[in-house]
Amino acid sequence: MSRTASPSTAAAPRATAAAKIFNYPRNAWYAAAWDHEVTGRQPLARTVAGVPLALWRTTEGRAVALADACWHRLAPLSMGRILGDELQCPYHGLRYNASGRCTGMPAQETVNPSAVVPSHPVVERYRYVWVWVGDPDLADPATVPDMHRMDDPAWAGDGETIHADCNYQLILDNLMDLTHEEFVHSSSIGQEELSEAEFDVTHEGDTVTVTRWMRDIDAPPFWLKNMRDKFPGFSGKVDRWQIITFQAPGTICIDVGVAKAGTGAPEGDRSQGVNGYVMNTITPETDRTSHYFWAFMRDYRLESQTITTQLRQAVHGVFGEDEEMLRAQQRAIDANPGHEFYSLNIDAGGMWVRRILERMLEAEGRPSSAPSAGQGA
Amino acid sequence: MAVQTQTRWQRAQVIEVSDAAEGVRRIVLAPERPEHAAPGTHVDVELDVGNGVRRVRSYSVVRSADGGRRLTLSVRLSPTSSGGSAAMHRLRAGDELTVTAPLQNFPLAVGATRYVLVAGGIGVTALVAMASALRRRGADYELVLVGRSRAVMAYVDELAAEHGDRVRIHVDDEGTPLVVDDLVARIARTPAAAGTELYMCGPIGLMNAVSRSWTEHDLPATNLRFETFGSGGRHPAEEFLVRLPDLGREITVAPDTSILDALEAAGVETLSDCRKGECGLCLAKVVGSTGVVDHRDVFLSDSQKERSDRLCLCVSRAVAAPAEAGGGPGVPAVLSLRLT
Repeated sequence: MSRTASPSTAAAPRATAAAKIFNYPRNAWYAAAWDHEVTGRQPLARTVAGVPLALWRTTEGRAVALADACWHRLAPLSMGRILGDELQCPYHGLRYNASGRCTGMPAQETVNPSAVVPSHPVVERYRYVWVWVGDPDLADPATVPDMHRMDDPAWAGDGETIHADCNYQLILDNLMDLTHEEFVHSSSIGQEELSEAEFDVTHEGDTVTVTRWMRDIDAPPFWLKNMRDKFPGFSGKVDRWQIITFQAPGTICIDVGVAKAGTGAPEGDRSQGVNGYVMNTITPETDRTSHYFWAFMRDYRLESQTITTQLRQAVHGVFGEDEEMLRAQQRAIDANPGHEFYSLNIDAGGMWVRRILERMLEAEGRPSSAPSAGQGA
Repeated sequence: MAVQTQTRWQRAQVIEVSDAAEGVRRIVLAPERPEHAAPGTHVDVELDVGNGVRRVRSYSVVRSADGGRRLTLSVRLSPTSSGGSAAMHRLRAGDELTVTAPLQNFPLAVGATRYVLVAGGIGVTALVAMASALRRRGADYELVLVGRSRAVMAYVDELAAEHGDRVRIHVDDEGTPLVVDDLVARIARTPAAAGTELYMCGPIGLMNAVSRSWTEHDLPATNLRFETFGSGGRHPAEEFLVRLPDLGREITVAPDTSILDALEAAGVETLSDCRKGECGLCLAKVVGSTGVVDHRDVFLSDSQKERSDRLCLCVSRAVAAPAEAGGGPGVPAVLSLRLT
């Protein structure tokens, strides 16, 4: 087993045990919703990094994220109505424009100049509505994580959202180490070569990459089906790859695929294989719940909606197994407050992710353990 | 970013005092529970204004440094205001006082095409941090500083140095007063007009003039943002009497106090919230007046102020009618009110 790690610029030794309920940075772009979920007809209630939001669109189609509490008596604006370019509070009819400024109050001829609700910076990109709930002065649209395959014409696919009953960091752990596929997903993508193969871990800036190649193996059922979609009647050994890339604070894009064994895929020629990208972006909702946005994109048979649907359903089944495990893991964590996390060699990717998140939290002056997490013994 | 609107009281130590301009004291506080104060925030300060009477006054945070460990306020000593400014001017390094965590009523929005900040007199205190934030963001902005004379204008040199040619300075006694309509007309002519937000803080007269001109030029009303601390009126403050026929009471309102404070001191039960003429909760009916009501609020509309059958107790006042109408110096106005 090999591990290569590029030298870290700020790798102060840390003797503390890994936080079990991980805090989330606020100064970051988080996917709040799929683009189609946010409309001009009805506001959408969604909590992002602990901040309840009312998401809606103006008549020009611009997505808006207002704090989901009226300035007056804090009634949820997400229960209100969209009137043109304004959102009206469902309780007393106060109206707010896209910048959160109150534009109308009941039974008076003026509007209190102090009446305003926070309007958070929003960027729409890669089929998602991204929201920044931290310091708006730091919100640079150039730092939205790269998920370009979501709407690149060279790729086709679709995805879903899982409302996961666990701390977001458990999902990052799950995706940064795919050894678990052998045990959790044995009927679809799991195989014993996963835990036998070597992997490399590298990190640079706010990204971490875990690479694993499995050569000359049998394709598991999911991949055999995909090979046969591109190469009808295919049988034989394959070279399989998983290249996991993390972008802070919660995006993990996984380059996955198989190619006919020995046709040069590890050296860069993937023409005799099928390539997919598992696009994941995890948005903490609360300390113990997360919005897990995923999609499976592929670079072959782009014209086939049938394959898009089949792949979405297949991944839906696979991720359903993860969801169940993550929920059970969170329950066990909460039921065993006196127990610590210990790490294995396979956790290297996930531990670099933690290190990056710790740095982001430190810059915000916040601890890496969520305040509500309690202390392990 | 969450709007900071929760009132959390704490102790703070004065760590520095100096003069920021003639009659303007710069006071640096170190709160015991520091919290970064975003542009547009203020703190409420509880002050002993003499005779054991405690009053709450709001002051903009001019600058927040070191994560809120150093909060700079600046206070103009007002001969006619309610005693708060004198108490603030008496502070010395090492003194302690009770303040709130930063409160946000005047947040700087994100994403406007262009920003114009208009500061009249001590109103500059609300806009210093905003201008810095806009400069850091690389936003398109302009800072307009207005004052009676340069000597009383706080931070004018510092701002000119920080913002260079984005600053426009208008000084009455230098013959360069602000012509409000020229400023607004210039905004209206730019291609960014509809996306320009104007933030202002200053005397009510200036803010009313900007507001009127803004409407006349058909600029979007919601792009006009202002902070009032109920400062300044059309007339200098003078003593007057408030009569409450329903209660059979008559209460004197001194030039340095408000009707609301005077009623509270006299044990009259009142309702109020913002104490700066914005919310309308302290509204009272005017049932009679021997003088002129000086409306200093932004709750009532112009036509309601003209009717003058109601007023905001927290900021509005009365002055004696002109001599030809039977008033004059030494004859205080009498205002008869019916409280809610």
